[in-house]
Amino acid sequence: MERFIQNILKILNTYGSSLWLGVKTTLFVALTGTLIGLVLGLIVGGIRAIKLDYNASKASKASKKAIDILLNIYIAIFRGTPMMVQALFIYYLLLDYIHWTYLQAAVVVISINTGAYMAEIVRSGIQAVDVGQSEAARSLGMSNWQTMMNVILPQAIKNAFPAIGNEFIVNIKDSSVLMIISITELMFQAKSIAGSTFLFTETYFIEAIIYLILTSIAAIILNMIEKRMNQTKVSLPQSVTAPENIAYAVEKENIGGNSDYASR
Amino acid sequence: MPLVNIKNIHKKFGDLEVLKGVDFSVEEGEVVCLIGRSGSGKSTLLRCINMLEQPDEGSIEVFGEDIVHTKDINAYRAKVGMCFQQFNLFNNMNVLENCVRPQVKILKTPKEEARNRALLFLDKVGMQDFANASVNKISGGQKQRVAIARSLCMEPKLMLFDEPTSALDPEMVQEVLSVMKELAKEGLTMIVVTHEMNFARDVADRVVFMDGGVIVEEGTPEEMFTNPQNEVTKAFLSTY
Repeated sequence: MERFIQNILKILNTYGSSLWLGVKTTLFVALTGTLIGLVLGLIVGGIRAIKLDYNASKASKASKKAIDILLNIYIAIFRGTPMMVQALFIYYLLLDYIHWTYLQAAVVVISINTGAYMAEIVRSGIQAVDVGQSEAARSLGMSNWQTMMNVILPQAIKNAFPAIGNEFIVNIKDSSVLMIISITELMFQAKSIAGSTFLFTETYFIEAIIYLILTSIAAIILNMIEKRMNQTKVSLPQSVTAPENIAYAVEKENIGGNSDYASR
Repeated sequence: MPLVNIKNIHKKFGDLEVLKGVDFSVEEGEVVCLIGRSGSGKSTLLRCINMLEQPDEGSIEVFGEDIVHTKDINAYRAKVGMCFQQFNLFNNMNVLENCVRPQVKILKTPKEEARNRALLFLDKVGMQDFANASVNKISGGQKQRVAIARSLCMEPKLMLFDEPTSALDPEMVQEVLSVMKELAKEGLTMIVVTHEMNFARDVADRVVFMDGGVIVEEGTPEEMFTNPQNEVTKAFLSTY
């Protein structure tokens, strides 16, 4: 046990700076990946959630359908294959054309990968927004786009914030697979330290502790942000008790869930 | 020429035919109350007027314009206000912002002017003191009054009310109805789906009774409430 602690101290002493570099790279990749992924997810999720107007032209209906299919393929591929494989494939695929660095490739891969998950998160966030919100916006004369940007997305992001934050924590951990394209993130650094010191247990123990600290701090910060967002949202319970509403609720059940047709 | 002119509209939801050939018109400045049982099609008829539901058949002309086939439905909707049973205030904005943002985005009103107009109409519905309140912290009656102010800011030529007081506790119903009475007095054209028979009696110029997807009977409040001709109308009104 004493040896174990001594070895740990030794590693920290000698390789502290390379571990620190690993932490910085991991955080950089995870944070940029999550943010760019969120933007991608908002675009993809937003486009998929837009319902064209009843009076949209046939051409725009057809192109919307085509775009939806492409976006579904994107999501299926990037959720359905390991990020490690994506990293290798995309890095070598584009290497001849753009001569990018490992780090650039890593950020691109993690962003696209996160974007696929974010798209689904954003979509469920959008679905959780009451249909009355968009009806009110449309009844005032807002276009599809204005409704999405002013009313739906701000609420969807708020709804989805816990899941979005979760993606960040997942990315802190999962960026470790990007060591496969030799970026100097925490996993890669730990592996080289272990390789040169032969202190495998100690090194990976340190690595695990560092990951745990990073994810815990991230979780605390995310919690704080979430609390702050919800502060303005405390709503008083409101009952709907007028007799008409009971009849209306029963009737709605009988018709079966046509949610677009909520307030009659 | 009537402001709203609806001819023979039909609307189906799946197998359920909600509107079975409705002819309906509203003159400028008129206040029309639509009454009838739940499921009789009155809200669907109202929602067709600003194309939140699209009729399967028939024609709707408002302001002399064929709105079923209009290209710019948003420009049309901006001229028609609508209040919902569930208020549908924008949850991501405070009271004032709810009234300002639509003007700025849709009418392209300068921010300062939009703000002033919003405060004016919030004052009119007695909600100026709550301008900076979160919409989740005000009562149902207050929400509905803000929703009315939000619509008024767009300076609509026609207001549609879809059971505006049905989701309210009894003591809050009056505050909303009195705002609506005020608007009626000012000559705003209004179509109101309601279960508030007293409101219909006092304020409406015409009461329209719907049942089973058709208009069964219509007339002045006096005719309708004191001497309804149709058996179904009699049966319905006797429950109030």
